[in-house]
Amino acid sequence: MNSIVKNSIRFVLFLVIQIVILNEIPPLHQFITPYVYFAFILWLPFGTNRITLTLLGFFLGYCLDIFTNTPGLHAAAASLIGFIRPTLFNLIIAREYAEEENKEPSISTIGVGRYFVYVLILTFVHHFYLVLLEWLQFGNFTYFIGKVLATSLMSISLLFLMELILNRRNQKR
Amino acid sequence: MKNFIGFVRNNYPFFIFLILQIVSLLNLSSYSKSHEVFLGGITNQLAGNINKYYNNWTYFFSLKETNAKLVEENVALRNQLRQNFIPIDSSIKEGNFVLRKDSLEKIRKFYYYPAKVVGNSFTLQKNYILIERGANQGVKKDMAAISTDGSIVGVVVEVYPNYSKIMSLLHRNSKVSAMLKRDRVAGSIEWDGVDPNVLLLKNISKSAAPKVGDTVLTSPYSSNFPSQLMIGNVISVFKDPSSNFLTLSVKATTNFFNLEYIYLIENKRMEEQSKLEKSTMNNE
Repeated sequence: MNSIVKNSIRFVLFLVIQIVILNEIPPLHQFITPYVYFAFILWLPFGTNRITLTLLGFFLGYCLDIFTNTPGLHAAAASLIGFIRPTLFNLIIAREYAEEENKEPSISTIGVGRYFVYVLILTFVHHFYLVLLEWLQFGNFTYFIGKVLATSLMSISLLFLMELILNRRNQKR
Repeated sequence: MKNFIGFVRNNYPFFIFLILQIVSLLNLSSYSKSHEVFLGGITNQLAGNINKYYNNWTYFFSLKETNAKLVEENVALRNQLRQNFIPIDSSIKEGNFVLRKDSLEKIRKFYYYPAKVVGNSFTLQKNYILIERGANQGVKKDMAAISTDGSIVGVVVEVYPNYSKIMSLLHRNSKVSAMLKRDRVAGSIEWDGVDPNVLLLKNISKSAAPKVGDTVLTSPYSSNFPSQLMIGNVISVFKDPSSNFLTLSVKATTNFFNLEYIYLIENKRMEEQSKLEKSTMNNE
């Protein structure tokens, strides 16, 4: 399947999942809203350059914002993770993957450990920035970091669940 | 500039990222009240700081006008001082209890004018101060001049339409009636032409007991100066055995070296008083 078509479908699907299901389910706890929409950014191919990632993140976040009535909140957070994704790749993933431009980061392409670190860091950054922007202060810092960590944990669990269900092994080709 | 453009071109993803962040924050703040308050606080603080610096600069450039305004204001305030007025005579009564006049009414005796100093000397034996205020602006001969801190400077000796000349205290012929604040003994302030900081207080009775540090003020006998204006402090006492009077050296409070503005004092009753002073001399 063409990468652009596939990613466009994925874009819509992630938004629909996020808006229709995850934002509507009764919260597990008063503060925990799981987020998976930003996995769209995580799953873009290795070759995507930084500027595209940033702009796509902004666009994705903004689309979500239109539905959650907080224009700019998710856009800021998603463009942040789009911006730092290439830097993170350079830090944790060996150079040779950068040449396989059409492959996507997944368990099968970069291994469980590195994939987990990759998802963990970006998820944490995303949630940290999101909550910070939402609250505009650290307030009680344990409370703040508690919300960030709990939400991140929920999101990561959901992401790996999706990973299991979708079984993106066919990417290896 | 070229470097800056190169820097932007090399890092353009970062700048686009920054722009996106700013756009989203602005957007967010226009929808959410708390974000609006937060962002508004930051921008207000920034604008406030910039305004503060700008204001400092404009303040600096308007200092001259401010100074002139302050001088005018000071003169207006000095003109309201209670010691410029003399109460009306309430000792003459019509009947036993009834005063003929309202005793709260007061008669103005002293009037203040501001004047800008345009020339000043303090290195000669006969020093004068030139001011930019003359007969057209109400200056008369023998008006008293005080500095902005309220200590005396001299007496007007020559008047032209727009300029006048003040005989400074630092003049060998200057003579101002003065007194010691401690026991109100009167003498006269003169200058011996030696040190521009030190004046001489002559003709103090030996019965007075002046001490070093005593304050010297203008006396009520002076026809042009209001009484109790500051002149200086005693720094030493000479006891001349051949004379009945003491000579004190007085450290002048007036700073004659950086006069910018002075106040002129007009005594509304001076003419009468000085005429009388002269006529007693003629009778002898």
